[in-house]
Amino acid sequence: MTAAPRTLYDKIWDDHVVHQAEDGTCLLYIDRHLVHEVTSPQAFEGLRMTGRTVRAPEKTIAVPDHNVPTTLDRANAATMTEESRIQVEALDKNAKDFGINYYPVSDVRQGIVHIVGPEQGWTLPGMTVVCGDSHTATHGAFGALAHGIGTSEVEHVLATQTLIQRKGKNMKVEITGSLRPGVTAKDITLSVIGATGTAGGTGYVIEYCGQAIRELSMEGRMTVCNMAIEGGARAGLIAPDEKTFAYVMGRPHAPKGAKWEAALAYWKTLFTDEGAHFDKVVTIKGEDIAPVVTWGTSPEDVLPITGVVPAPEAFSGGKVEAAKRSLDYMGLTPGMKLTDIKIDTVFIGSCTNGRIEDLRAAAAILKGKKIAVKRAMVVPGSGLVRAQAEEEGLAQIFIDAGFEWRLAGCSMCLAMNPDQLQPGERCAATSNRNFEGRQGRGGRTHLLSPAMAAAAAITGHLTDVRELMSESV
Amino acid sequence: MDKFTTLTGIAAPMPLVNIDTDMIIPKQFLKTIARSGLGKNLFDEMRYTQDGAEIPDFVLNQPAYRKAEILVAGDNFGCGSSREHAPWALLDFGIRCVISTSFADIFFNNCFKNGILPIVLPQEAVDVLMADAKKGANARMTVDLPAQTVTTSDGQVFGFEVDSHRKHCLINGLDDIGLTLEKASSIDAYEAKAATTRPWA
Repeated sequence: MTAAPRTLYDKIWDDHVVHQAEDGTCLLYIDRHLVHEVTSPQAFEGLRMTGRTVRAPEKTIAVPDHNVPTTLDRANAATMTEESRIQVEALDKNAKDFGINYYPVSDVRQGIVHIVGPEQGWTLPGMTVVCGDSHTATHGAFGALAHGIGTSEVEHVLATQTLIQRKGKNMKVEITGSLRPGVTAKDITLSVIGATGTAGGTGYVIEYCGQAIRELSMEGRMTVCNMAIEGGARAGLIAPDEKTFAYVMGRPHAPKGAKWEAALAYWKTLFTDEGAHFDKVVTIKGEDIAPVVTWGTSPEDVLPITGVVPAPEAFSGGKVEAAKRSLDYMGLTPGMKLTDIKIDTVFIGSCTNGRIEDLRAAAAILKGKKIAVKRAMVVPGSGLVRAQAEEEGLAQIFIDAGFEWRLAGCSMCLAMNPDQLQPGERCAATSNRNFEGRQGRGGRTHLLSPAMAAAAAITGHLTDVRELMSESV
Repeated sequence: MDKFTTLTGIAAPMPLVNIDTDMIIPKQFLKTIARSGLGKNLFDEMRYTQDGAEIPDFVLNQPAYRKAEILVAGDNFGCGSSREHAPWALLDFGIRCVISTSFADIFFNNCFKNGILPIVLPQEAVDVLMADAKKGANARMTVDLPAQTVTTSDGQVFGFEVDSHRKHCLINGLDDIGLTLEKASSIDAYEAKAATTRPWA
């Protein structure tokens, strides 16, 4: 008997079903549970109140990232608000009390949970990975089924190492051909959201494939999967290949010896079978993708940098009112060239673009230049990314250009720590959300790639990075 | 979790599309380690000025809607961050039901864990309910979960779909974790098998 062809998602799902009810509701086993300080305190409190324990502390990994200051003096407790300090201290205590793996603020390995997981080899192909954070989709770059959950589900996973789930639908996003110079993983993922909308992936798990995806590094693939949630999909996946295995090999928590060989044999079965069914297919030519920026307050408000601010009337339905509101909030006028938008602040970092490759891309544009914006900061995604960037001389390039060189954390991506925009302050950000108030009340966010952020830092306005690249050739 | 069976109450209209969880509860209120007390900051930046004064135009500040228990919202409600503080804030304010054409996945899930019923209906139905909600406090809508219907103030009835497991849990106020722990032997068996098939995990 020949088994029906299955997608990568189907295969990972099938291998994790603990129990299936008659109505199709499944209990799904969770291999890795990542935890941070903001969405977990109520879950641990729930365990205490019911006398429950953490079922698999060895599969649970915690790191504070959302609240922590990123300034060099953060060892001084006065740099945090009392509420933030209580949350971080609660995580310290919960990690200790329940015996889970922990990277405290003082540990050089501390960083954004979605950067630490892969870096330490916790994230492996074929796994199920969850975290009380929507950007858990990042780990899909390894061919792991990874998605965000709420705090009630955090408690459920802590207590049972499972989740109650219904299977989603399969969606394929294929990026054919190669990217043009100056175009990056961030431009792919933003362009996909621009094409499908922020609800285009709702109910689906996306598998990204095609030559342009294959040609991306692991860092680039993480950037693409990270923003699957911004397109409405809980999870984004990329089939593992030699690049994946090379990235994973030798990491602290990756398998070794005979276990490595067994794992590798299994991982090589993790691909979508010929003829497997996808419920939705989107195809974009890699050559057609330009460096892009967002103009509005939804990640779907994406345009090539060569474009102009759109008129609300260009949209239909509820989007007309939403676009009017966005333009008002963003202080923009229809017809204005995107490259005429002046920038006050540049933020390079986040789980989307806080990895070493992102810092290299930005530093390549910044080398020998000075910033023309009021402030600019680089927040490495982890202490290890920071150390590597210092070793490679990237930190000095940023500092010489006028950037602040920070410690690791989520920082201005969601502005829970002191890194916030002021009302009306306009920011070119490598993060993932341009929502109203996201980076600080009244703050105006334009999402773009690290190279594009660096270009804006040098010129003081949104800029087509390709123009600066040709200059240096 | 509180049970949800039927609800008759004031519905507030929020036709804006893509209302994200940062709008529902801005990040400065995520620093709590409790689940309660977030209602006063629901939609904080839309509801109050920077110095804390109410913005009179905002729907939940209008006299008719201050005691709303239902929201009728634009497409893709609850997108963005996974923060369960969003349903906590809605619940703490008194909202037990949200009706839209579509919801973001994680938010949708989080609602059921907190005794809030999210209802998905086609655009035409949401348009009718939005118009009904705009009539104000005298126009009360009725949501009947066992019968899976929403009834407008003038008696127009719309049926809706809901997952049978989630419906059962909401109607009975059941705790998922307790239900799952009843299947502990299945989890044990899965782990024993995975220890041989995927020993590296």
